[in-house]
Amino acid sequence: MAKITKVLFDPIFKENPIALQILGICSALAVTSKMDTVIAMTLALIFVTSLSNLSVSLIRNYIPTNIRIIAQMTIIASLVIIVDQLLKAYAFSISKQLSVYVGLIITNCIVMGRAEAYAMKNGPWMSFLDGLGNALGYGLILFIVGFFRELFGSGKLLGFNILTPITEGGWYPTNGLLLLPPSAFFLIGFIIWALRTWKKDQIEEEN
Amino acid sequence: MANDTVKRTLTVAFLLCIVCSVLVSTAAVKLKPLQEKNKALSTKRNILQAAGLFEEGKDVDQLFSKIQMKVVDLASGEFDESVDAGKYDQKAAAKDPVMGLSIPDDQDIAKIGRRAKKVPVYLVHEGGNLETIILPIYGKGLWSTMYAFLALEGDANTVKGYTFYDHGETPGLGGEVDNPLWKRQWVGKKLFDKDWKLAVQILKGRVNPQKPEAIHQADGLSGATLTSVGVNNLMQYWLSENGFGKFLVRIRNSGGGNG
Repeated sequence: MAKITKVLFDPIFKENPIALQILGICSALAVTSKMDTVIAMTLALIFVTSLSNLSVSLIRNYIPTNIRIIAQMTIIASLVIIVDQLLKAYAFSISKQLSVYVGLIITNCIVMGRAEAYAMKNGPWMSFLDGLGNALGYGLILFIVGFFRELFGSGKLLGFNILTPITEGGWYPTNGLLLLPPSAFFLIGFIIWALRTWKKDQIEEEN
Repeated sequence: MANDTVKRTLTVAFLLCIVCSVLVSTAAVKLKPLQEKNKALSTKRNILQAAGLFEEGKDVDQLFSKIQMKVVDLASGEFDESVDAGKYDQKAAAKDPVMGLSIPDDQDIAKIGRRAKKVPVYLVHEGGNLETIILPIYGKGLWSTMYAFLALEGDANTVKGYTFYDHGETPGLGGEVDNPLWKRQWVGKKLFDKDWKLAVQILKGRVNPQKPEAIHQADGLSGATLTSVGVNNLMQYWLSENGFGKFLVRIRNSGGGNG
């Protein structure tokens, strides 16, 4: 039981894929200008990472080592296409907003990284949980970044006015920088700083 | 290391590909009808929104039954009744060597490269009179091609509604082309001046309502100069002689009667 908790929750703060491993930054910049795309992206990544870890782990003893990366890639790509098709069928407007980024989950280092580093060596159930935990850790950072970007960038959360912007007759001058991808770099930097102040063992040794 | 023999490698690779391709193609085939329905529904909703006919909660197909689809040959401005408007695919036609044409560089202010020779329009008649004309227009913004429906009143001059339904501009800056407030300022604007010359224009900054030409002008999007320029350019192109110009002249001359 302790092991399950560790596998599932460690990636959230202790070994966060974005904050500690610095993986998956590209999509964290691209989809965080609004909360609804953050939610859709997180769900898509949870689906892909946990199922790809599960499937890779199930066939880990049969995958020849010299083609293992390609084999993982095939599984991941298939899952991503299925997610993309599902979104197009059931959440059309969100799939339009996410556009190419769903497809780009294929190249998200977190998915590959977990398949290679964990699922190839561990059983299916634990691998599934590891994928789930890492996707949640990724999602958590996305939520924080998306929250600040949408609230201060457009004065809204999930499309509802919180700080009514001047352009809509309110008082809040929106911060355009937050809507541009580079602002996510600053926010992720602050999150990493905060996290490492809290958990000192994450600080890398200087040499 | 029994896994690493050539035979084993090929077998595993082959089986894995078979399983994955079956899964992917099943998903694609099974979900296709639903995806196409979504796409058609979203186009219809956008047309209704541009025309100001959209009502939340009402059946889109039923609302859409008021709207008549026709295909216009832009070279003559005449309707082409031989084309089934319901099935006409403008994007595919633009790419087609026969049905599309390449726009000369000096005319291509909307930066679209090619367009279809025939373009669908949507008409609403009320008691025998032409009430609304909805034109599909598009052109390049800063990052992306922006697609819009521009709804005009029966005089083929007064704007009734304007909706950008597909674009990839920066959210919050250029993406504000789909801001309802920005779109609302278009209602009542006149595209042409009294000599029927194209006069519509997007300013950098705000329109001064005191000036007589304010009726042709719209506010630019703040922080999105290039998107505003793009919107301006695509309107200049599609409303010119090279775009819907001849069609609009024909509507005007027929007095908006029976289109």
